[in-house]
Amino acid sequence: MTLAQDASTDTDPVPEGHVRLTIDGRVIDAPKGELLIRTCERLGIIVPRFCDHPLLDPAGACRQCLVEVEMGGRPMPKPQASCTMTVADGMVVKTQHTSPVAEKAQAGVMELLLINHPLDCPICDKGGECPLQNQAMTSGRTDSRFTETKRTFPKPLPISSQVLLDRERCVLCQRCTRFSEEIAGDPFIELLERGAEQQVGVADDKPFQSYFSGNTIQICPVGALTSAAYRFRSRPFDLRSTPGVGEHDSGGGAIRVDTRRGTVLRRLAGNDPEVNEEWIDDRTRFAFRYLSSAGRITRPMVRGADGVLAETSWTDALAVAAQGLAAAKEGGIGVLAGGRLTVEDAYAYAKFARVAAGTNDVDFRARPHSAEELDFLAGHVVGQGPEVLSYTRLEAAPAVLCVALEPEEEAPLVFLRLHKAVRKHGQQVFHLGQWTTPAVERTSRGTGAASPAAKDNLIPAVPGAEAAVLAALPSHVVDALRGGGLGGGGVVLVGERAAEVPGLYSAVSALAARTGAVVGWVPRRAGDRGALEAGAVPTLLPGGRPVGDARARAEVEALWQLPSGSLPSLPGRGTAEILTAAADGELAALVVGGVDPYDLADPAAAITALREVGFLVSLEMHTSAVTELADVVLPVAPDAHRAGSYVNWEGRRRPFEPALDASGVLPDCRVLDTLAVEMDVDLFTQTPAAAAGELERLGARTGAAPAAPAVPAGEPRRPASPGQAVLATWRQLVDHASLSVDEPALAGTARPALVRVNAATAERLGLTEGAPATVRTARGMITLPVALTDLPDGVVWLPGNSGDSRVRALLGAGHGDLVEVTA
Amino acid sequence: MTTPNPETNGPVAAPQERVWDGPAPQSPVSPVFDELTRQRTKEIVAQYPQSRSALLPLLHLVQSVEGHVSQDGIRYCAEALELTTAEVAAVATFYTMYKRTPCGEHLVSVCTNTLCAVLGGDDIYARLKAKLGIGHEETAGEPGSPGSITLEHAECLAACDLAPVVQVNYEFFDNQTVSSAEELVDALQRGEKPHPTRGAALTDFRSVELELAGVFTDLPTTVEGASSAVETMRGARLATDRGWSAPSMPDTPPAFPTLPEKK
Amino acid sequence: MTDMLTPVLTRRWQSPRSWSIDTYEQLEGYQALRTALTAHPDQLIQLVKDSGLRGRGGAGFPTGMKWGFIPQGPDGPGAKPKYLVINADEGEPGTCKDIPTMMADPHSLIEGCIITSFAIRANFCAIYIRGEALHPIRRVRHAVDEAYAKGYLGKDILGSGFDLDIVVHAGAGAYICGEETALLDSLEGRRGQPRLKPPFPATSGLYASPTVVNNVETIASVPAIVQGGSEWFRSMGTEKSPGPKIYSVSGHVERPGQYEAPLGITLRQLLELAGGMKGGIPLKFWTPGGSSTPLFTAEHLDVPLDFEGAAAAGSMLGTTAVQVFNETVSVPWAVMKWTEFYKHESCGKCTPCREGTYWLVQILERMVAGEGTPSDVETMLDICDNILGRSFCALGDGATSPITSAIKYFRQEFLDLCAAQPVAAPEPAGAMA
Repeated sequence: MTLAQDASTDTDPVPEGHVRLTIDGRVIDAPKGELLIRTCERLGIIVPRFCDHPLLDPAGACRQCLVEVEMGGRPMPKPQASCTMTVADGMVVKTQHTSPVAEKAQAGVMELLLINHPLDCPICDKGGECPLQNQAMTSGRTDSRFTETKRTFPKPLPISSQVLLDRERCVLCQRCTRFSEEIAGDPFIELLERGAEQQVGVADDKPFQSYFSGNTIQICPVGALTSAAYRFRSRPFDLRSTPGVGEHDSGGGAIRVDTRRGTVLRRLAGNDPEVNEEWIDDRTRFAFRYLSSAGRITRPMVRGADGVLAETSWTDALAVAAQGLAAAKEGGIGVLAGGRLTVEDAYAYAKFARVAAGTNDVDFRARPHSAEELDFLAGHVVGQGPEVLSYTRLEAAPAVLCVALEPEEEAPLVFLRLHKAVRKHGQQVFHLGQWTTPAVERTSRGTGAASPAAKDNLIPAVPGAEAAVLAALPSHVVDALRGGGLGGGGVVLVGERAAEVPGLYSAVSALAARTGAVVGWVPRRAGDRGALEAGAVPTLLPGGRPVGDARARAEVEALWQLPSGSLPSLPGRGTAEILTAAADGELAALVVGGVDPYDLADPAAAITALREVGFLVSLEMHTSAVTELADVVLPVAPDAHRAGSYVNWEGRRRPFEPALDASGVLPDCRVLDTLAVEMDVDLFTQTPAAAAGELERLGARTGAAPAAPAVPAGEPRRPASPGQAVLATWRQLVDHASLSVDEPALAGTARPALVRVNAATAERLGLTEGAPATVRTARGMITLPVALTDLPDGVVWLPGNSGDSRVRALLGAGHGDLVEVTA
Repeated sequence: MTTPNPETNGPVAAPQERVWDGPAPQSPVSPVFDELTRQRTKEIVAQYPQSRSALLPLLHLVQSVEGHVSQDGIRYCAEALELTTAEVAAVATFYTMYKRTPCGEHLVSVCTNTLCAVLGGDDIYARLKAKLGIGHEETAGEPGSPGSITLEHAECLAACDLAPVVQVNYEFFDNQTVSSAEELVDALQRGEKPHPTRGAALTDFRSVELELAGVFTDLPTTVEGASSAVETMRGARLATDRGWSAPSMPDTPPAFPTLPEKK
Repeated sequence: MTDMLTPVLTRRWQSPRSWSIDTYEQLEGYQALRTALTAHPDQLIQLVKDSGLRGRGGAGFPTGMKWGFIPQGPDGPGAKPKYLVINADEGEPGTCKDIPTMMADPHSLIEGCIITSFAIRANFCAIYIRGEALHPIRRVRHAVDEAYAKGYLGKDILGSGFDLDIVVHAGAGAYICGEETALLDSLEGRRGQPRLKPPFPATSGLYASPTVVNNVETIASVPAIVQGGSEWFRSMGTEKSPGPKIYSVSGHVERPGQYEAPLGITLRQLLELAGGMKGGIPLKFWTPGGSSTPLFTAEHLDVPLDFEGAAAAGSMLGTTAVQVFNETVSVPWAVMKWTEFYKHESCGKCTPCREGTYWLVQILERMVAGEGTPSDVETMLDICDNILGRSFCALGDGATSPITSAIKYFRQEFLDLCAAQPVAAPEPAGAMA
């Protein structure tokens, strides 16, 4: 948008695409189509408003923003709502500052808004940050003439486990209902009744069960929607606010962390038009109680001779760890960094592995992975930034194909952009997946379409067959991805689950080559992308430099002030291979960051490896399956207590500062730095800033990207007996994730854990909708109610880690594996 | 009220407040929406370029099945049109003809807008309320049972020249008085079906809701119902009597205007 | 000079089974359609423009101009499907012309729909009839069935190559759906709340496609215009308000009913036709076109009831729903009843209408109960000032009309209430007779 200043004189030419108008006597140029209220804002003239929200369609409902308008020298007979009227050439506008009519109209509307508003500001969570309160002061009457009976409702009404509704306070601006329909595509909150009885509400049988419901609390201009988790907890003027970044996913959403006396009390969406606009998902908003959960580790621990972990001093713990690792160096040290790291921490792990442990056996991938994936990441992803693919570019794309990615569950901010693009310009979003999920449905509705065309937008594949399906996409999908119209070509978004399907990354690569579509890699965790850039992978040094490339090694050696040729040149092992090596005694020690063995392809093997390995150092925030087995446990700082930055899926760096006191808790990079010093090695990662600085000095690799992988498409597994099915699975947004603990209000909005099959498969397996079904492997079983869903024949879907369904932990199986299903 | 402890995260609620107790259990739509209803639903939806346009007719259809719009009925519509139940509830609660509680065999609507009221509508309504012992949108008798009556006061029913007006199941009973309305209600309670002054032979609330859904099982008969009130014809009759008429049209329609040249 | 009454729309009403296609065809029905199908659609639009026909739903917008706004052509907005929607959601208090029209002569509406659809190039037409008007719904639906059977609807109408489907759609009880954009939302299966304008229905109406929304009486006038021509149509009424119009006379008159006269007739003339004031009790106040048009009094007996005349005298022509009240009726009571109506029918979307009517009802009920104060009158006027022109659609404006006009002409009656006893509702006329 053009930031038009006051036009200096009337005689300057009006810029292309602009109109010239006068507001309160000041001449201004504004882009055509701009809403008057926005133009006023740019002049610093704040017209009071409630229903207006820059990211929602204009409603004109509250009528608070009335101004006087003159067109062509003739005053319009009525004051106009500046939130719905667009600027026009020669328009003369008088706001409340210069027009008694506008001032009276605004005061009149304010009086009407207040006649039924309860005077319960002293106990209202919104009090102190309430647009109604504030604007009643600026635009209201000093007294009320209303002496009649106020409208009352029982209050508050819980409309979900995390949103409370107070209908008395509601001014019916429809921001919440419009948000839910327009932005989230979850029309579960609606206007009910009519006239003076009109009220916001939900259906009797369906609560406000949306992953994005918290945004409505934030944009409610009164205290009508409040947070159950935050209720009565603080006053806005007692809070200290710090900008932050969402740590639960790879979206990089801007947040605001509100603290009081050393405690995070709430988090809100930050405003970053390039990234999350003004929205975040509910997990990002509400899941911060892990900061104070029972499992938080605050003191280092060392396993004593008695085999019991005991708290000790940092000095002692670091000495023990350094000693153990030094002793193990000969036998080999593996480094598992985990996917939740800031880029600075990941860099420290990457450097620690190369410099202190002398190995390329380092991997951030705390999940199923493949060598094909590394080639793909090296060829398509590393080093790229938002200039190649950003949220903005994604939104503008004519067509998007999601592969092994369930955007709403795994990358909620990406989902919001897709939904916006579908709604605003009819973007075609295709999903290579297994069933018509809520996200598939909501990204399938074109503007004004007669009915959902979800079926056309789902490209179904039996788990394991995705690569083959991708190679033979319907021609209309290929054509759509070629694009060519506005916004350039299409986009293929691929999720980390592609590593579970042999040949799928290669097929994505081939599709991109075939269509010219831009490829975006959208991992689930916040740290994956940064760890890739930082070189916490077995084949790449920082900046995407191949470990096998002597020149690349030399660049790094130079900056790290290492003797030439001292960096290991053989590619390292991936997470699974490192663990196998550890179990087999090929590695003598492991340094493990935030890794949950139950997220790995074979949790049992991982646990065995952790148990068998000679020496185990764990850097963790919370007690876990790893700390249980560790010889030394070193506590690390959560985001709230430290500075750092994530690299989000776009490749955009998202720095943040500590929201709480940062003394006494150390980030991973500092712990590793100190540990290395104990091992007589300098990492120079004492602070995140130091680590970031060095990483920046390293810069990106030079030279061409390595060749993309070309792994042939795999064959899906075929059920060997009638009782078998192929498992499809992924994680839901709100589940048993370790950082979502202790937040019952959030947990209440989790989608139910259901086992999904199609009707024909259900019939064959003897399953009934709603009745329990058991999914079994040799390792264990999961029993959940059945939901009939449009899956391919012979496929059964389970949520990865929801309710009673902990697929990896209980079944030891994953996407594409064969399972037994019985009633 | 319990004092919240910001360090922990227990629920904060006063003793009498409604607290979140989880979503209501989901059950499948009642079998009262049978195959015939589902077939009719398809036919109704097929009439419109976009399916959601069928929502108002479908809610009428639900009333023809249930005698009101229940939660089940809302779910039925939501499933039929791929809407959320909130979206359907938003619509169902907006319109006064969708009743939230089961209705009687008959729905008696008394116009109490100003003109009918001044000519006796208010008195009729007051009398019927007292007589039936019920208020607005309440039902005398077991809902749905023979002779049961749901009473309502209605806004202008667009029959002002025949005021005061009462409707039974949306059939017009014009030029009512307190006593004629009482007799009407008496007759309904006795199980009789007095003929409306304008409209088809009286049936019951559910039957007419089927018609409002656009499903006419016997239109050639019902369309014959009387409509020619004296008041309706008055101007036309007076013109005939006095020999007044509109100016006569030319014998053949005049030529169409020539089109301006297209730029 | 035309006759006092000029039955055009009502000319078939006295015929036996006037609503059947047989009667209609005998009385020259569907001749206009045959004529119209020989024209270029643009010629029909021009004809209606020339005729000066203005919308009969209350606002009086020139019909031909409205049709002319529909984008045509193979590209851009003209390439979208176009729709005709008939507003038969008659509910403005006092208004009762469309319901008898649909009952007595539904085919004139259907024929008008076909001609109009042909003119604007629509292939789908919805007739949105208020749900409480059950018998008119039957009549119109039956007429549609008959028209299909005779080939006037469906594919390739009368061999013209023109296709049209009509669906008869029942509303569900909401006065606001008489507002054209609320009607469109309702027809799309939503809450009947008005939409932002622009975009106007002509470019973005039903299903966001170009749409004409016209009143029943407007469209029922079209066949006669095709048959008689614009000159003939203009031979009735006034220069700016041509044509005949159904005046619905109700209330305290001897012979209430539907009187079709050229636009511009006066209440004095209408009262004469309707047999004068009932029982000879003098006139106190009246509405020229429904409760949303400011009240008139006996001093307005000679105001010409056309769009310009009513406006010049400080009211509006509205729907020519002439509600006549005699001296027995308390003005504050009548205003209270109407305000209760507006409160009940306010859609709730915008603050002024929703909250303003909520407040006004309470003040009026209190005043009528004898508990008012003189300052209430000023407060009401100020609330009305804060609603009028501030609300989202015209419903809010209409809600203020009875109050401000009543206080203008009968302020003392409001003030008297503050000192006096509560007023009871007036004795029903039926009881006095």
